[in-house]
Amino acid sequence: MNWILENLDLIGTLALEHLRQSLWAIAAGFLISLPLGWAAWRYRSLRGLVVTGTGLLYTIPSLALLMILPVVTGMSAISEANLIVSLTVYALAIMVRCVVDGLDSVDPQTRSAATAMGYGPGRRFAAVELPLAGPVILAGLRVTAVSTISLATVGILVGVTNLGYLFTNGLQRRIIPEVLAGVLAVALIALLIDLLLVLAGRWLMPWTTARPQRARRARNSAPEAVGTR
Amino acid sequence: MIEFDAVSKSYPGGTTAVSDFSLEVPAHRTTVFVGSSGCGKTTLLRMVNRMVDPSAGSIRIDGRDISAGSPVQLRRSIGYVMQNAGLLPHFTVAENIATVPRLKGTSRGKARQRAVELMTTVGLDSSLADRYPHQLSGGQQQRVGVARALAPEPNILLMDEPFGAVDPIVRTELQQELLRLQRELGKTIIFVTHDIDEAFLLGDQVVILSEQAQKLQVGTPSRIIESPANDFVSSFIGADRGQRALSIKQTPTGTVLVDSQGRTQGRLVDAPDLDRA
Repeated sequence: MNWILENLDLIGTLALEHLRQSLWAIAAGFLISLPLGWAAWRYRSLRGLVVTGTGLLYTIPSLALLMILPVVTGMSAISEANLIVSLTVYALAIMVRCVVDGLDSVDPQTRSAATAMGYGPGRRFAAVELPLAGPVILAGLRVTAVSTISLATVGILVGVTNLGYLFTNGLQRRIIPEVLAGVLAVALIALLIDLLLVLAGRWLMPWTTARPQRARRARNSAPEAVGTR
Repeated sequence: MIEFDAVSKSYPGGTTAVSDFSLEVPAHRTTVFVGSSGCGKTTLLRMVNRMVDPSAGSIRIDGRDISAGSPVQLRRSIGYVMQNAGLLPHFTVAENIATVPRLKGTSRGKARQRAVELMTTVGLDSSLADRYPHQLSGGQQQRVGVARALAPEPNILLMDEPFGAVDPIVRTELQQELLRLQRELGKTIIFVTHDIDEAFLLGDQVVILSEQAQKLQVGTPSRIIESPANDFVSSFIGADRGQRALSIKQTPTGTVLVDSQGRTQGRLVDAPDLDRA
């Protein structure tokens, strides 16, 4: 416990590094998965290839990916960019499938209704399909966020400093509280980001949290409903 | 006026939904397409706003071939009410009604104001404006569907079994509302249903369809009931049973009409002067 209190500065600095690296990867994974997922959803022939292909990325061991990527991209293996790109690859593995599933979850009748109202394809995607796919995409994004934040610690093995440092350093020096502090900090960051995503989801998709019984109560016994407000 | 001119629709698989259909749909009147499911009536309706493009033939609105312009612009100029209302679940009631005006570039405030006005027109309390569709009953949703279709002030309303999914009491209510609205607004309505009673209640012109949208009979409700074109029509409209086969019975208190089961349905009185046939 003493170790943690004495090293709050270090933990804080590492946590910020960690958060920054993770957020880049989560954001990149999310943004890239949207057009990829859309294409896989829209063009049947692409679907198997894209969904299975990105899904398979997850089977690559993370340490191996951190070593292979520099060969492909020409980046330095110990650079932060290398870690962020690797994490983005894993984020894509989860997110692309979620975007496809999300778009699949939109009721065809709703889609057809939007077309009949006079939405062109682009506007329909932005205003109808994407928002309605939102809950499924958000669920995927939450998994991605938590998994990215936890996976990022592997960066320390190729020399990218973040909360993973507390694991390697703590193990080498046999300071167990240091390792525990790392676990705790990663978990706290994951929970925090998850909470922020849930709140953002509620704010962006208010219809998902609007309760259905309000209408019924107000209709059946209007005076009572007025009284309770 | 909407004109169907030798319209056909067949699909690559070899099924034919509509085969050589021609019809004039008069302006400011309600035309009802009625037939059993799979007769192609919905396909006909969806051709008018180009949700389906005909394989052959053409459709003209006020003399202009609809295949000439952009389908998106065409759809924004035609009101469309579908079964289960087809509301956008992530839009509030007011936003749903304002959809097309917003697409056409009306400002948010103006579109909302108009939406709230329309809610009153279709008999919805304006306090529901900020509810989401799933917070409404089926009947209320359907009213929103009608309001949404009316929002861009279209000349044409297409209604695809709009009251098919609500309970009979609400359906009767909605049918009466539609009759009232139509008396006020005088739109050119094409209404699709499989319910012959609904067709006779709402239609100025009723088109009875069989497979591949073959017209069995076209006429006013009175005309069809008075002289069904053939035995099939006669049995489809139930001309020989229920409330359509009434006989006269003398009673001590006057002449009454009884149905085929012997139940009294009404009293025989002098005809009022409102025969619309």
